[in-house]
Amino acid sequence: MSTAAEGRAPLMAPATGATSPLLARHRLGPGFWIPMAWTIMVVGLAATANLLPLRSPNDADFAVISNWPDATYWFGTDQLGRDILSRSVFGARISLIVGLLAPAIGLGVGIFFGMAAGYFRGRIETTIVAAMDAIMAFPGILIVLAVTASVGANTAILVLLLGFLTIPAFMRVARANTLVFAQREFVLAARAMGATHGRVLALEILPNVVIPMLIYALLVVSRIIVIEGVLSFLGLSVPPPQPTWGNMIADGQTDLGTLPYIAFVPSALMFLTVLSINLIGEHLRARTDLRGSAL
Amino acid sequence: MMHYFLRKVVRLVLVLLLVAAATFLLLNLLPGDVALTLLGNEATPAAISQVRAELGLDRPLVLRFLHWLIGFMQGDLGRSTITQVPVLESIIDRIPVTAELMLLSQAFALLLAVPAGVLCAYKAGSRIDRLISSAALFLLAAPVFITAIMLMFLFALKLRWLPSTGYVPFTRDPAGNLAHLALPALAIGLSEWPPLFAVLRADMIKTLQQDYIAFAKAKGLSPAFILLRHALRPSSFTLVTIAGLQIGAAITGALVVETIFGLPGVGRMLTGAVYNRDLMLVQGCVAVISIGYVLINFGVDMIYALLDPRIRQ
Repeated sequence: MSTAAEGRAPLMAPATGATSPLLARHRLGPGFWIPMAWTIMVVGLAATANLLPLRSPNDADFAVISNWPDATYWFGTDQLGRDILSRSVFGARISLIVGLLAPAIGLGVGIFFGMAAGYFRGRIETTIVAAMDAIMAFPGILIVLAVTASVGANTAILVLLLGFLTIPAFMRVARANTLVFAQREFVLAARAMGATHGRVLALEILPNVVIPMLIYALLVVSRIIVIEGVLSFLGLSVPPPQPTWGNMIADGQTDLGTLPYIAFVPSALMFLTVLSINLIGEHLRARTDLRGSAL
Repeated sequence: MMHYFLRKVVRLVLVLLLVAAATFLLLNLLPGDVALTLLGNEATPAAISQVRAELGLDRPLVLRFLHWLIGFMQGDLGRSTITQVPVLESIIDRIPVTAELMLLSQAFALLLAVPAGVLCAYKAGSRIDRLISSAALFLLAAPVFITAIMLMFLFALKLRWLPSTGYVPFTRDPAGNLAHLALPALAIGLSEWPPLFAVLRADMIKTLQQDYIAFAKAKGLSPAFILLRHALRPSSFTLVTIAGLQIGAAITGALVVETIFGLPGVGRMLTGAVYNRDLMLVQGCVAVISIGYVLINFGVDMIYALLDPRIRQ
């Protein structure tokens, strides 16, 4: 049990790290908290968008068409006189809903198959790995395009589709971690005491597998936000006039030379959000990764 | 090597069949009727069943798949449901644009990643290493369409160094062709080099700790010679694998930058076809791109085997 416990110790230890150089090295600094604050702010604003004193995101005011950012319109208005601040806040919703729910599906299904493959090995593992390889033989974006071509796109379809496409990667991470823990003495001990496979998987292996999985999930979240951005930029995500960061950038592209802020505002928001999530994931990974630590 | 190659070829054929079947099923099992798309919503049931019969849609799925597969292998991908142009012809017309874009973007990505990776591994922990590594982390967060728009804004619209949209064939005007492709390829390259850089740097640092590197240093060989001749090849295995996997990301990149920069490639045709619900064209594009993707990954596996004799066993 030793290495696993040591590896996770910093996460659970109270903030007495100053005494230990190892813990001090892994103390979370501004490089973690600034991205965290940004992410919490974006999620908070998107979640409470209806309650905020914002103009309706689709309310076109022809008196203020293409208004550069000023004191009234902090982020300016677009070519139809819609408030970009309001559209940005509401647009964050689609990015976040798809970006959080799709990996949640992939994580749930992937962890199930990955643990089954890594724990039971043999024919179960071969079948699961082959099926996942088959999904990965396809460039995922093409599956998304083929499906949206025949049934159209809405939030639910995107979540299910992108969630499905993240299953193989989650399965691999879960399987790799399960392979390691399934060999450990505490698993053997639990089996020797008569624990069923289900009990061993749920109580002995799952708690060890779930932390690296959640950290990996952060990476997937940022990737899915980008893919949703690509799709809505191409006009293949949720239909207009519902704002998304991607379709706002596409709207801005037509007047990029004269009204660059229309594309720049949503671009900057998406960039900062993806960067923040990546940085949070990177810090947590460095903190929980045994090989990267000074052990 | 021969045995390894044969095993890989058998696998390749299986994967190709799987990809063909998946493409076919994807567009034939989903709701959304080709006949209905062709005729519009006001079509009479009689007209629909007639079109379905003409297209062979009333026959069992397995027969339809075999029929499609045989046609596919003979190069018959059907006709666009909207323009009636043969799908294969449209794709062949546009492949040179996309292929050139992909090649250039991969070249940009490797030209950035390899020197940066070697330098940062050599100077690991130094200021320059930290600078380049942070730049890579930042660019990793910039989606390709945002990079593309920023490049277009800066180099095409403000500085006016390069054209913002359009395309000229290489055969007609080589310089103009490269000028039109430079920004699109750079946009994909910039969003692709960070992972390549990261794996090369990590592997190279490990290689540089090997005894034979210490021995080469002791012999008095120059650092540049050691880095490029002794250390680069054994450090590039993961790089090659990742470069193959990245082709998937490059396909997404091509879809996007072809649309942004108005390049007449397969990617732009595919997004247009999805938009117009031109299912035959979508099916053809998806099949051809996926097969290209599988073949490129097969090629990558072969390169990998040539680079590292150990994995042939």
